[in-house]
Amino acid sequence: MADGGAATLPRIEAPGGASLKRFARRRSTIAFLMTLPLIAVIGGLVVWPAGYAIHLATLNRRMTSFIGLGNFEILLESETFRMVIFQSVFFAITAVILKAAIGFWLAHMLHHIPANGQRKWRGMLLVPWVIPPALSTLGWWWMFEPTYSSINWILNIFAIPSVPWLGEPWWARISVIIVNVWYGAPFFMIMYLAALKSVPEQLYEAAAIDGATSWQRLRYVTLPMMRNIISITVLFSLIVTFANYDIVRVLTNGGPRDLTHVFASYAFQVGILAGNIPRGAAVSLFMFPILAIIAFFVLRGVNRRNKEEA
Amino acid sequence: MSATTIPVKQGIYHKAGSLRRERRWALWTAYLSLIVSAIIMLAPPVYMLLTSLKTSAEVADQSGSPWWVSSPTLENYWALLGNRMFIDFFLNSAKVTIAVVALTMVISVLAAFALGRMRFWGSQALATGVFLTYLVPDTLLFIPLYQIVGGLGLLDNAWGLVLVYPTLTVPFCTWIMIGYFASIPKELDEAALIDGANWMQMLWKIFIPVALPGIIAATIFAFTVSWAAFVYPTAFITSPAEMPMTIGVVSQLIRGDTFAWGQLMAGALLAALPPVVIYAFLMDYYIAGLTAGATKG
Repeated sequence: MADGGAATLPRIEAPGGASLKRFARRRSTIAFLMTLPLIAVIGGLVVWPAGYAIHLATLNRRMTSFIGLGNFEILLESETFRMVIFQSVFFAITAVILKAAIGFWLAHMLHHIPANGQRKWRGMLLVPWVIPPALSTLGWWWMFEPTYSSINWILNIFAIPSVPWLGEPWWARISVIIVNVWYGAPFFMIMYLAALKSVPEQLYEAAAIDGATSWQRLRYVTLPMMRNIISITVLFSLIVTFANYDIVRVLTNGGPRDLTHVFASYAFQVGILAGNIPRGAAVSLFMFPILAIIAFFVLRGVNRRNKEEA
Repeated sequence: MSATTIPVKQGIYHKAGSLRRERRWALWTAYLSLIVSAIIMLAPPVYMLLTSLKTSAEVADQSGSPWWVSSPTLENYWALLGNRMFIDFFLNSAKVTIAVVALTMVISVLAAFALGRMRFWGSQALATGVFLTYLVPDTLLFIPLYQIVGGLGLLDNAWGLVLVYPTLTVPFCTWIMIGYFASIPKELDEAALIDGANWMQMLWKIFIPVALPGIIAATIFAFTVSWAAFVYPTAFITSPAEMPMTIGVVSQLIRGDTFAWGQLMAGALLAALPPVVIYAFLMDYYIAGLTAGATKG
């Protein structure tokens, strides 16, 4: 009886194990087939073009011969391109700091008011993020319009002299930043509001019992709890802002005197409009190392966050 | 006796009063900053709306306040709706967006299901790769894609946009769908497997209904991104007949030295309408999709 039982057991298990293995193999085949379209998109439309861009950047203007790093050398020697580097970095860093600060402030204010009113305010404040930026920038362009600026009209009421918004290089730079901050701050607000809501209320109660001031509650409770989401949002926004194209294209189109060009708009000007595809590819590739560094830190932040949640 | 208790009482009341006053101050500051920022956030769209209601003569007249419409008219809107070119922009946008949204949702739901539930060799690396491609901006890819799309003969063709827009939508949609699928309890698919369901039935009958909020959020994301896409159409499309809304309004309604500002603003508002309407009706899903990238991932 016991012998028979022992003899039958492996016989049942053996086919069972084989079918489990077959099941697993079948499963991974199906899974692979299901991811095939995704792999095609990533491989064909992102990875291959990115590699192709590196190849393009090493060709001469007519794309007939290999000139190595020639395009990069020419770019780095040009005064205009050095201004583009400066402007891109200045634009991205200033805009992201302002967006993060304003977004944090607004999220905090929104968190303070009674819960039933929050939805309405949130709905209004997120409107800039919803309108396609190319179109809302048209509205800003019209508000900055030198002969009939409605912003200057308001400034004049308060006896502030008219500002040459898009005419002077520095004002043009500030205008581009203003529009970008207007467009992006609501995104930060929403992200921070979601994060603020996830901080447990007991921590604030404990802090209040310990006699913490509101500044101390912010410094020692809120900020540590939100550190990760703040860094992910800032890094992510740094990428998007750094690669921004719409606002510069519509608002200044690079002018006055090519002083407000960022990498994307300059790459467009050189590569598509002036028809020098290899040099345009080289311009946009300048973004790559900076983006790769930021992406590394974003990924680290996301992984850490996953581990915290697990 | 009473002389000693009164100051103590006063002390207590004083403290309670200051706490309440502090709360009230915080509330006033909150409302004040919200009102100021709401005015700033809504000023450009409102000004666009005001301008779109003005006649060209009123726009040109610089004597009055620019923030006031003395004789509102809808003639700019009627002019645009009777403009064949403008209608074509709308149809092109609709065509491209619908195709891209459908394509994106099929690709990303299938892939997210496979990556999230059916572990296979390299699935973890692929999931990380999806996230990394989400971080690659379109402005880095448009020049090589210009060459590739040109090589396929799809330059200046709205279908060429359907080919390249998935680079904007697929990575993020897949990423948030992985998150949504991961939150579905494992017991549910075990039960389905025991009942003899195959993988497709499991996806179709269990995962898609349960993760429907996530699917709606991802669809909204894909829709708004494809509708607002600007870099690719600017680079690839040159003839007005193939242009989608964004680039059509920006490049074709601006003509010569005297801008028809009223019509331009009306065009921009009409072009922005579909995402705004979706936002107005599905705000919670919209916000869920927005925050999912960082909170789910």
